[in-house]
Amino acid sequence: MRSILAVLLENEAGALSRVVGLFAQRNYNIESLTVAPTEDPTLSRLTLTTSGDENKITQIRKQLDKLVEVVRVVDLCESPHVERELLLIKVSAQGDARQEVKRSADIFRGQIVDVTAQTYTIQLVGPSAKLDAFVKAVEDSGVDATILEVVRTGVSGLGRGDHVLSL
Amino acid sequence: MAEMLSGGDMLIRALQDEGVEYIFGYPGGSALHIYDAIFRQQKIEHILVRHEQAATHMADGYARSTGDPGVVLVTSGPGATNAITGIATAYMDSIPMVVISGQVPRDLIGTDAFQETDMVGISRPVVKHSFMVRDAAEIPAVVKKAFHIATTGRPGPVVIDVPKDTTDPSATYAYEYPSEVNLRSYKPAFAGDRTQVNRVVQALLSAKRPVFYVGGGVIQADAEEPLRALVKASRGPVASTLMGLGAYPGSDEQSLGMLGMHGTYEANMAMHEADLILALGARFDDRVTNDPNKFSPKATIVHLDVDPASVDKIISSDIALVGDAQWVLNTFWEAYQEQESLRDDAARQKQQQDMEQWWQQIAQWRSAHGLNHNLEPKKDQSILPQLAVQTLYRVTEGEAFVTSDVGQHQMFAAQYYHFDEPRRWINSGGLGTMGFGLPSAMGVQMGNPDAVVACVTGEGSFMMNMQELSTCLQYGLPIKIINLNNQALGMVKQWQDMQYGGRHSQSTYSDSLPDFKTLAEAFGHVGIRVSDAMELDAAMEEAFSEKYKNRLVFVDVWVDPHEHVYPMAIKGGAMSDMILSKPQEAAS
Repeated sequence: MRSILAVLLENEAGALSRVVGLFAQRNYNIESLTVAPTEDPTLSRLTLTTSGDENKITQIRKQLDKLVEVVRVVDLCESPHVERELLLIKVSAQGDARQEVKRSADIFRGQIVDVTAQTYTIQLVGPSAKLDAFVKAVEDSGVDATILEVVRTGVSGLGRGDHVLSL
Repeated sequence: MAEMLSGGDMLIRALQDEGVEYIFGYPGGSALHIYDAIFRQQKIEHILVRHEQAATHMADGYARSTGDPGVVLVTSGPGATNAITGIATAYMDSIPMVVISGQVPRDLIGTDAFQETDMVGISRPVVKHSFMVRDAAEIPAVVKKAFHIATTGRPGPVVIDVPKDTTDPSATYAYEYPSEVNLRSYKPAFAGDRTQVNRVVQALLSAKRPVFYVGGGVIQADAEEPLRALVKASRGPVASTLMGLGAYPGSDEQSLGMLGMHGTYEANMAMHEADLILALGARFDDRVTNDPNKFSPKATIVHLDVDPASVDKIISSDIALVGDAQWVLNTFWEAYQEQESLRDDAARQKQQQDMEQWWQQIAQWRSAHGLNHNLEPKKDQSILPQLAVQTLYRVTEGEAFVTSDVGQHQMFAAQYYHFDEPRRWINSGGLGTMGFGLPSAMGVQMGNPDAVVACVTGEGSFMMNMQELSTCLQYGLPIKIINLNNQALGMVKQWQDMQYGGRHSQSTYSDSLPDFKTLAEAFGHVGIRVSDAMELDAAMEEAFSEKYKNRLVFVDVWVDPHEHVYPMAIKGGAMSDMILSKPQEAAS
């Protein structure tokens, strides 16, 4: 079971290391992690994706909640939510491949944010699965295009509608 | 107008305002401003140990026996790392403790300075929380928060790392100790859910084979009174964890003694056959449950814990009670009385019959394989370690505070000394820290100056912190050390006997043991050695005699080195799967 945990955290030195340390210490897996201050500068918001059976996810939530600096934890997957991840990918493409790569980027609604005679740098935003699909599409394009570099931000997300994670 | 104080003085003043009696510690470069502040005041007494690990165990023993948080002060680097074992010990058993560590000055942090170590980092997995002082002015607030966090909810150790320059005497600040603390991110559960409590009462009133499975949480929360009332009124049996001994009187007939890996036959059988298990302040440790998949197959499980993360962690509960054990058990007791009084006579009679059957069953288990508490010394035979504990129990009239180390002697003490009051049995249950016994006994004696304090230890554990005999002399601590000397690491040897074909890999050292009697005398204490079972009584009486009331006495008891601890859980089995004696004995 995949789980997207949204965590409100005191924006204090060392708080993030407690979260990361907890996962290492208890043998929980972190698939991705993003963190930044919120509109309230005393709070950080962290989005963490992990996986495990229901018991494990419950235990992870409880252990997170136990950390003194953690204010709130919710599992976004428990209700309708929006999740987004940003991908930057640098592709080497020459000849026919240039058109093909650009076409793929258009289909996935990616933006070309940098270009040289040999490369494209493409930005793509969406759920993780869409990003995976785009990377695979470029890999399998059958033309002379090579992925040089991929960087992903990890998932950010929030609940749909009236669901609000706040103090 | 607020008083102007330096960071070091504010730190000590804040401890005074927190009501701290003792600091257990050891000075060093980064902590010297703080030590100077200690010198210039009289309210708090500092106890100078010989090794920082002992400081943490002393603070721990003080905390376990009094209920008040223990306070430790160490310097940076090796002072801090030496304290880690004691911090981890307190963490595993949820003991309230505040550990103040010196740190190199702020501008040197991260430069690999002399005696620098990342204390907040190195202690992170074994503390409830930690602080690094970033600004001297925040010291009073940090101290207040540290004590609040250490003592509330599920208690635990809190580290305050104090860079030396924040305690500099040349800079002063307006001192004010906060009267309260409010942390938006830390709201431990206190009150439980009354509806859930009512469900538990119904379960207890209709149970045929209930067991109270009582853990250290009941002691931590000072909840023994409602527990005892409930047990007496419901006539249920009590099986105690290693940490819960004393919450319910061990000498009472409703007590089945300790459960778990080396628990009594009747306690483990009762747990396995129960139809209702009331887990109160206990956490289904692997040393209790054996294979969790085979745990108490017929029971409805009620789990009371102050820590929501403990509930459903190992064993899924049917009814969860998250909250302070005292609050919950008081509420439970009130609701029990109310609902019990509404029962009709038929229901009451029915349950009485059920309980009589249950107790008949328990009595059968007891008489078949219960522990023999009436061991007799036999002429020309070596001393059984169980007999030594039984003799200690008799001589101290069951009223001593008993600390222990870790190993066979610990299990013998837990099995053969009946604790009738909470906070009397002090041992490292979760971490299993050898070297805990002596320093924790010292902390117990500091917190309970008039009490009889015995440390049941083994020569292996004792040698891990025996330097503290010197501290005992300095502070006149009249502890009685009962050293069950089997000339080996007994529990390791037992496992090697049972699981490794008797190959005693690195578990014996009989040719190189010191003469403990002379050793005790060299430290300025009294040493007694006994190896003849017929002389055990006299030796024990002498140790606890009026003559040595104010002296530390080391009783070196040479016990049968071949003795094993039984019962012993069969690995991978249910709680009812136990080895009850050595195979050859069983055959004979």
